[in-house]
Amino acid sequence: MNTPVLQVRGLVKNYGPTPVLRGVDLTVEEHRVVTLIGSSGSGKSTLLRCVDLLEEIDDGQVLLDGVDVSDPRADVAAAQRRMGIVFQAFNLFPHMTVLQNVTLAPRVVHGVGTEEAEERARELLGRVGLEAFAGAHPDRLSGGQQQRVAIARALAVRPRLLLLDEITSALDPELVGEVLAIVRELAASGMTILMATHEMGFAKQVADTVCFLDDGRVLESGPPAQVLGDPLHERTRRFLTHVVEAGRLT
Amino acid sequence: MTPRAEPVPDLSPLARERLAYRRSRARRSTLVALVSTVVFAAVVAVCVTSTPGWPRVRATFLDPAIAWSSLPSILDGLWLNIRVLVVTEIGVLALGLLIAVLRTLRGPVFFPLRALATGYVDLFRGVPLLIALYLIGFGVPALRLQGVPTSAAVLGTITLVLVYSAYLAEVFRAGIESIHPSQRAAARSLGLTHRQSMRLVILPQAVRRVLPPLLNDFVALQKDVGLISVLGAVDAIRAAQIASARTFNFTPYVVAAVLFILLAVPTGRIADTMATRTAQRQGLS
Ligand SMILES: Nc1ncnc2c1ncn2[C@@H]1O[C@H](COP(=O)(O)OP(=O)(O)OP(=O)(O)O)[C@@H](O)[C@H]1O
Ligand SMILES: [Mg+2]
Repeated sequence: MNTPVLQVRGLVKNYGPTPVLRGVDLTVEEHRVVTLIGSSGSGKSTLLRCVDLLEEIDDGQVLLDGVDVSDPRADVAAAQRRMGIVFQAFNLFPHMTVLQNVTLAPRVVHGVGTEEAEERARELLGRVGLEAFAGAHPDRLSGGQQQRVAIARALAVRPRLLLLDEITSALDPELVGEVLAIVRELAASGMTILMATHEMGFAKQVADTVCFLDDGRVLESGPPAQVLGDPLHERTRRFLTHVVEAGRLT
Repeated sequence: MTPRAEPVPDLSPLARERLAYRRSRARRSTLVALVSTVVFAAVVAVCVTSTPGWPRVRATFLDPAIAWSSLPSILDGLWLNIRVLVVTEIGVLALGLLIAVLRTLRGPVFFPLRALATGYVDLFRGVPLLIALYLIGFGVPALRLQGVPTSAAVLGTITLVLVYSAYLAEVFRAGIESIHPSQRAAARSLGLTHRQSMRLVILPQAVRRVLPPLLNDFVALQKDVGLISVLGAVDAIRAAQIASARTFNFTPYVVAAVLFILLAVPTGRIADTMATRTAQRQGLS
């Protein structure tokens, strides 16, 4: 078997005296989609931020292609360049056009020429159905369109691993579908994805593995049919009941 | 007000009636504003000119002949003010931005720089401009160092840059800190270094956001460039002082004041427009 793209081992993260992650273990194999579910405040965003090395971790390891990138001697920027992340909101740079947003990292970080970067950006914008908006500023776009641009921007640097943090939870229901459709396509094309989501129906269809995060640990993980359909733990069962009541499991 | 589009022919009678009403209201408001302005100006003029000392005041402050004869030298002086102003504005933008960025640096390595920047702001924001002018304008030449400028205008400019940078640094810093932390995270996650994120992502947004208060400080600076006259630089105020001493009349000061006001009006208008535009944009998003 190949080395997994991402391995998280015993990850601990405290905010001051409050432990948020208490030893998380997680593996994402190449071309696989892993979803993180769990109640609000369970640490999904924190985990993704730690994986992307945006937060310093207190214990444990983050291995990218088998290399420990959480080591203080590791090149953080180089590791970050191999991952793309999309947040819940406030992703795009409002003073740049859509095209400038997408070409920024390839030009500035990867030294790609402007013409080549723009060509690839247009291709990516076409992929998310927004070619026509290349010259527009983000505040002219709907929330769903903005998230699609954010995905295109994350893809522009050809990441090894794509991290998505509840990218649809700030959107109106009718915009959720268009964003998830893009993620589904990416998954089908073989992208390796780790995503936090509240969309259980989507997780069920697209994920290879579902991880239920509770109280700073992965309480259970496995194929969606098992974790979402017939969970081992009472805690997971209760969470899913709440989700069904909220109308999210479709 | 933006010009209203001509009524579309197929407007409903109701809408047409409302439009006519709105127009008649607008005409009435304009008329009321006009009348009240004229009445107010007339009352002020009558009150002032009917005071017992008015003839004396008019002779010593508003003598047209003296105003005309002192104008050329005051304009010459104003030209110096304008040059000092432009150089100071450029210097202040650069130094203010630098200090603001230094103050936002994190990590123990940068402690000395951060402390230096903080000390700088505390010092120059606290010292009265006049005292700073005296200390630098008279103190530096007294050192008799080789190659150090002794011209009053140059030393005055340096002082203005030092003092105003402290104010502007705080304006810039407020702007930098008002940018949502996600923007920095987004920049870093794309692999941009701290410097690249600052230069390409944070600062462009921060500067745009603080443009109105920044221009406001520039209006204040436009008046304060006149203070370099205390060092003996022959600027508009100093020229007015000389003319005034020659004619035993205060009219030259009034001339200088009017010129300073005329200089400040455009910047003030630009600042207002900027503030409105920023408010509108924030209302939109
Ligand atoms: N910068 C921070 N400083 C202090 N505490 C924080 C910080 N960020 C997150 N936390 C805390 O860490 C815990 C986990 O937060 P996190 O955002 O990871 O949860 P989440 O699972 O993403 O929740 P949600 O579903 O609401 O997004 C919360 O209790 C939160 O209050
Ligand atoms: Mg979250």
